[in-house]
Amino acid sequence: MNRRHDEVFFRRAGRRLRFDALMTGAFSVAGWVAILFIFLIFLFTFKETIPIFTDAEVQHEANLGKFFAEKQEGPTLMDRYVWQPTSEKPKVSLWPIILGTLKATVVGLLFACPVGVAAALFSSEFAPPRLREVIKPAIELLAGIPSVVMGFFALIVLATWLQQTFGFTYRLNAVNAGLALGFALVPIVYTISEDGLAAVPRSYREASYALGATKFQTAWSVVLPAAAPAVFASFVLAFGRAIGETMILLMAGGNAAITSFSLLDPLRTLSATIAAEMGEVVVGSAHYSALFFMGTLLFVITFVSNTAGQWIIRRMQKRMQGAAA
Amino acid sequence: MKLARVVSTLILSLALAACGGREQAASGGSASPGSDKPLTIKGSDTMVILGQRLAEEYMKENPGTVVQVNGGGSGTGIAALINGTVDLAQSSRPMKGDEKEQAAKSRGSEIVELPVALDALAVFVHASNPLHTLTTAQIKDIFQGKVKNWKELGGPDATIVLYGRESSSGTYDYFREHVLEKGDFAPAVQTLQGTAAIINAVGQDKSGIGYGGIAYAKEVRPLAISAAGVQPVAPSEATVADGTYPLSRKLFFYHPANAPERVTKFAQWTLTPEAQALVTKVGYFPLATTGANADTATTTETATTSTAK
Repeated sequence: MNRRHDEVFFRRAGRRLRFDALMTGAFSVAGWVAILFIFLIFLFTFKETIPIFTDAEVQHEANLGKFFAEKQEGPTLMDRYVWQPTSEKPKVSLWPIILGTLKATVVGLLFACPVGVAAALFSSEFAPPRLREVIKPAIELLAGIPSVVMGFFALIVLATWLQQTFGFTYRLNAVNAGLALGFALVPIVYTISEDGLAAVPRSYREASYALGATKFQTAWSVVLPAAAPAVFASFVLAFGRAIGETMILLMAGGNAAITSFSLLDPLRTLSATIAAEMGEVVVGSAHYSALFFMGTLLFVITFVSNTAGQWIIRRMQKRMQGAAA
Repeated sequence: MKLARVVSTLILSLALAACGGREQAASGGSASPGSDKPLTIKGSDTMVILGQRLAEEYMKENPGTVVQVNGGGSGTGIAALINGTVDLAQSSRPMKGDEKEQAAKSRGSEIVELPVALDALAVFVHASNPLHTLTTAQIKDIFQGKVKNWKELGGPDATIVLYGRESSSGTYDYFREHVLEKGDFAPAVQTLQGTAAIINAVGQDKSGIGYGGIAYAKEVRPLAISAAGVQPVAPSEATVADGTYPLSRKLFFYHPANAPERVTKFAQWTLTPEAQALVTKVGYFPLATTGANADTATTTETATTSTAK
């Protein structure tokens, strides 16, 4: 009798263990497939870049020296560093495009980071709960607006408004493109910062109030520093999105590859260049490899910034825990 | 033999046009099961409007046929023709020799060139711009960045804002070849996707200047242009027809000579007076009324014979 009981028990346990193993297997496969995809995409992008380093014919038109060091004759910066791969005499300096990417990213982050964090502080610390229930989904909905719509808005409405208000020479410039990009970054900064702020234990706030701090003092000097790792993580993610964003900048940036530090000049980004020129490029040509080199560059920038960001966040978290203990 | 085939094709197409749906469906069924496959056209953004109007009319006359027209730029269309992903390529520049060779190799037969319309490439400015004429040399200097302020041309004191097309565009190629004499555009040229986008930008920009097909030029002012030492000429049907307007060009359809009948039939139809009337309606200039008439006829003739091969 007893033995029979044991048999049933073990059979059931065995079945459960088998099911367990099966599901674990399925989930691990899914995990590995995701990693494999990223790896394969990187491999493909890099493979198409290789001729820059090996193929003599491609190197004749495009190589690392030409990307970063080649200089044309000319009176101004924009005449000296030129991206004109389809010219009779191809010129492939990447500086105008890297500069354009950085300008748009910096303006976008300068707009989105303060606005996003302030909005997060407001909704987690100051807003009445009922208002918070409205604000949070509304801002998160902003993340769902397709970037082509955002770009169109910047192209038609924002650019005209900015030019009429500030009298810019160029309708489409780094300010316009950066602001439009900023709109797309706000939800990223907001969502992650807000989650971080909301996760700060109530005891911190209560302790602060008990010491006589005002609501603002508590939010600014206690809650915000406590949530610093999350806030910083949101900046890192926003940077990654800004570097890779294509459609908004293609539409609102004016798409002129100008080597200039002015925020009032039109710009062209790495991603927009790939999008605009990949359609007509001859597969295997120097121009083609150069575009893939830009892709690799984007990949490396995002990878490095994310890794560095993760490292800093972990250090901040460790310090916080150390301080708390 | 060849002639007979051409004539029979024409008669058949006329008959189909006249008889309408039932016969069309019947003959479509008997010819080949693939004949109701959509006819795909891709290429020049300048020609998208034209292609679409032609397609609409053609579909109206031949119920059951579907013609899809896409833009992307002449270069994109020609690349697609070479890759075999479209039936017809639209191009606002003639195909280059090596492109024709590549296409002939991959499609297994020669490529037929079919000029369908004449276009005037307009250079336009904001309607409030006081300038009405420019010489080709001045336009070259402007787009190469040598002239940077409207003041230097007798206009107001304002930086010239340049708008152009990206490098996949036939309009870009044509402009670079005929106006810049193969020189480079200034880096400050803002590259936009499609002539419509350029018109939109120039329409909103008091110090803007752009170029593109005349058919799109609404709400901006096309300039009269003078070649070296000649009176400025505004783009119009008459000046394009007699060749006095310096920036006029042919617009082409391309298809392989061994293309199925549904393709060649459409291509030939675009040269009928009825289709050419649409050309005028869209804002381009029909081939039939132009001074280049004889030239056109011979091109068409070669096109027709090679089709019938």
